[in-house]
Amino acid sequence: MHLEYTVIEGDFANAGSASSAVKKTLKQLNINPQIVKRVVVALYEAEVNAIAHAYGGKVLVDIDSMGIQMVVDDKGPGIPDIDLAMQEGYSTASAEVRAMGFGAGMGLPNIKKNVDHLNVTSKVGVGTRVEMSVSFT
Amino acid sequence: MTLREMASLLDAEVCTGENRLDERVEHAFASDLMSEVLTLGDTPVLITGLCNIQTIRTCEMAGLEAVIIVRDKQPSEDMIALAQENDMVIIRCRYSMFRACGILYSHGLLPLY
Repeated sequence: MHLEYTVIEGDFANAGSASSAVKKTLKQLNINPQIVKRVVVALYEAEVNAIAHAYGGKVLVDIDSMGIQMVVDDKGPGIPDIDLAMQEGYSTASAEVRAMGFGAGMGLPNIKKNVDHLNVTSKVGVGTRVEMSVSFT
Repeated sequence: MTLREMASLLDAEVCTGENRLDERVEHAFASDLMSEVLTLGDTPVLITGLCNIQTIRTCEMAGLEAVIIVRDKQPSEDMIALAQENDMVIIRCRYSMFRACGILYSHGLLPLY
């Protein structure tokens, strides 16, 4: 099953709508609730990042019997130092993002804790691609 | 204690989720930081001063089922609609976070950590 969602820059009102749709799909597929939670927490953090830090992008989701693969691909300023961005507490978030309850430098570390595989690639001035996967077994 | 007892202790208004007020809860967590809420294990109740759509979205993702919004903030129609869609409870009270937590703790509601 392949699902695609569009993320719009600065659209905080709809931040999480892709994650919400994926959660409903996984529940319909009777996936273990603990696994569903790990998937949607990671995807939600990535979705918020694309809205908060980039100029929008795409969420691509592939689900099969073995697990789920997710890609959040944004157009944006990119991440100059990915290792630094992965450190808990490091953040470049705006006041607007902090007012939404995010921007404490926990997003990428939270994602890492919840997925089986995480790969972040980024090109400054072009965008960032966050690839995540979680096994159902 | 039940969610109904919690609302009564806080002299609070139930914005949505009346049908779930007799459910019992033992633990709660208080934070305005949604990324922190996303790290929680299973807990049914969030006490927060953050009153926007992401409060409810975060609870949906983290599996929280009831939110107590402190400091007299009014949830928007969008927040209430999203909570209803997810069968969640929203309670709002005038008290500060510190006072609300103190009252609930002194009546036996336990911290998650």
